[in-house]
Amino acid sequence: MTLLIILILCFPLAGFLITGIGFKQIPARVGARIASGSIVISFILSICISALPLYAQTTRLVHLFPWISTAQLSIGFDFLIDPLTRVMLLIITGVGSLIHVYSIGYMKDDEGQNRFFSSMNLFVFFMLLLVLAANYAIMFIGWEGVGLCSYLLIGFWYKNQEFTNAAKKAFIMNRIGDLGFLLGMFLLFTTFGSLDFIKIFPVAKSIPSGSGTMIAITMLLLLGAVGKSAQIPLYTWLPDAMAGPTPVSALIHAATMVTAGVYMIARSSILYALAPQTMFVIVLIGIFTALFTAIIAVYQNDIKKILAYSTISQLGFMFIALGLGAFTGAMFHLTTHAFFKALLFLAAGSIIHALHGEQDIRKMGGMKKYLPRNWWVFLIGTISIAGIFPFAGFFSKDQILCATYEKSLTLWIFAIIGVALTTFYMFRLLFLVFSGSFRGDEKKLNGIRESSGVMMKPMIVLGFLSFAGGAINLPAFTGINAWLSSYLSPVFADSETLLQTSSHHADNMSELLLAGCSMTVVLIVIFITWSIYGKNRIVAQENYPEKNFLIRLAVNKFYVDEIYDFLIVSPLKKISDFLSYWVEIRFIDRIINGIGSLTIRSGNLLRYLQTGHVGFYLFMMVVGIIAILLFNIVLI
Amino acid sequence: MMTLTNNLQIIPITYYLFFCAALFCIGVTGVLIKRNALTILMSIELMINSVNLLLAAFSAYRNDPAGQIFVFFIMVVAAAEVAIGLSIIVVIYRTTGSIDIDVLNKLKW
Repeated sequence: MTLLIILILCFPLAGFLITGIGFKQIPARVGARIASGSIVISFILSICISALPLYAQTTRLVHLFPWISTAQLSIGFDFLIDPLTRVMLLIITGVGSLIHVYSIGYMKDDEGQNRFFSSMNLFVFFMLLLVLAANYAIMFIGWEGVGLCSYLLIGFWYKNQEFTNAAKKAFIMNRIGDLGFLLGMFLLFTTFGSLDFIKIFPVAKSIPSGSGTMIAITMLLLLGAVGKSAQIPLYTWLPDAMAGPTPVSALIHAATMVTAGVYMIARSSILYALAPQTMFVIVLIGIFTALFTAIIAVYQNDIKKILAYSTISQLGFMFIALGLGAFTGAMFHLTTHAFFKALLFLAAGSIIHALHGEQDIRKMGGMKKYLPRNWWVFLIGTISIAGIFPFAGFFSKDQILCATYEKSLTLWIFAIIGVALTTFYMFRLLFLVFSGSFRGDEKKLNGIRESSGVMMKPMIVLGFLSFAGGAINLPAFTGINAWLSSYLSPVFADSETLLQTSSHHADNMSELLLAGCSMTVVLIVIFITWSIYGKNRIVAQENYPEKNFLIRLAVNKFYVDEIYDFLIVSPLKKISDFLSYWVEIRFIDRIINGIGSLTIRSGNLLRYLQTGHVGFYLFMMVVGIIAILLFNIVLI
Repeated sequence: MMTLTNNLQIIPITYYLFFCAALFCIGVTGVLIKRNALTILMSIELMINSVNLLLAAFSAYRNDPAGQIFVFFIMVVAAAEVAIGLSIIVVIYRTTGSIDIDVLNKLKW
């Protein structure tokens, strides 16, 4: 077991080291294959650890070595392997290896290939560290590490100033969240005297629900999760993060890294179960993010930006589920989302590739004719995210909708609006890209062809998963046992007893009704979308010229970036300018220069004492001695 | 031994003090007013010896032989120092043809 865990971690690390250190020596083709191979091996090992009867049953704590040990604090390099970790391991290495394989094709002509693959491998390593961690400190290593890799990969094409700015933005935004995580960690330590999950959680159970400390801890950790999972108010980095190569967007900014926040909250579910106020805040953040970013997505014209906002919106749904105590639902949606969003990104990537870097959907159209296979996988992804029976997205979304309904009808209505918006922007994207005729520059159509097999095959696998992934957790009305729920139940059992969520489950009939309701809504929205963008082939205008104030707001992403600029960035810049001019140049520099020139000037004056007359020196010496004597006498 | 100390103690310590102070002042004056390097060196020796004498006197009055031991050490050091001082003066004489300290005014601002 220990060896397996070490190997799972070591293969991505080895891949990183090999491709990273030898990035000039190793030919790009070889480097890409080494990197992909290492993730695939990790995936196989993860399957072993999850499926082999020898390992699969137990929740195990693997102790590697004591990492930090002082009188009060002892942190071991420990790994915890339980069902939640296994699910995450499979998602990360599974989706990760598919995306790595896809990248072999996607990055074929890029000169920085080895750099790309080494960063990707490092990312997978840190992500695995994050989910394997048995205490918050190790988790924090992974947490910071994925942030770093995200920065490296967003700014992968570092010669473009805009891209490096996007990378910096992502890094800084994440840093705000990380501060919350760190403070939460400190507070956990002062409260429980340990950072180990297995030591904290049993003790936490005895703490009364809603105590101030628990609220503070969970709120601080939530800040970390909000930063990492790109929720309001720290979401603006994610759309900008689309500056990176598309496989990066698929792996990091859709399938895995952004789910770290969701994972962390699910992992700390007991703490959250004890802080109902925080849970309420999570629901609020989730619902607000889900709707807000979905509205923005409707008015975007960049294919990757739409998917980015869609990701934020879907993460919002996961947060709703978390806030309602439906931890399994959140994990389920995380899983299916990893499948279909990775698929959508990869498909979008191959469209961009086929069109020689075109990303504006207004300049696409008619791709069904040119890229039929791409159309099919994209269609599967779109249907899955919209949530049409029997695709994976339907089941996971249905579970979240159910949870909202159990809480309150209003919440359910908000959620269903979110689902409708999701359907709308995704089908808008689908119709604008694939149906109608090509609207862009004819030159872009030169040599247009389907992606090569190495890119197509991962998409087909993901397409299959987006279709069938729902089978892992079928709702109760199908009569089949929900596998994921029962698999994860030992992890969430305690927190669910604390929350007493299982007591008032909606019965099968109303669940079926809800599913029917959401299906109807989705189908109606698809029809509306089709009638706007599919049938009439309306091409979205260049800019919506002041049609409507609200629309203009949405087109400009509600000016959130500008508001942040105005409220935080520009005051910060002004303060920095003030400090650098008035304090640094005018004050500190002057003091330093003053000391220097004082020395020079006084030296200039005093050097005339060096007369060169020995007699004078002797005289001064005697005077000095007498002065010292007199001084002593005065003192005594 | 006791008799020697006793005999010494017949003369009051203040006499020694005044005598040594006078000797020291003569030395200082010599250093300040003379321009001959050799004379200055001799004046310095005078100062050292005045201090030595005082040390020996105190040693006798306090019945503590340590002071007199010190005097021997100081004399040895002074002898070494004089050897160096004289050799420097010899070198100065060879280069400048004079031992007047006012000639040595090249090293200044």
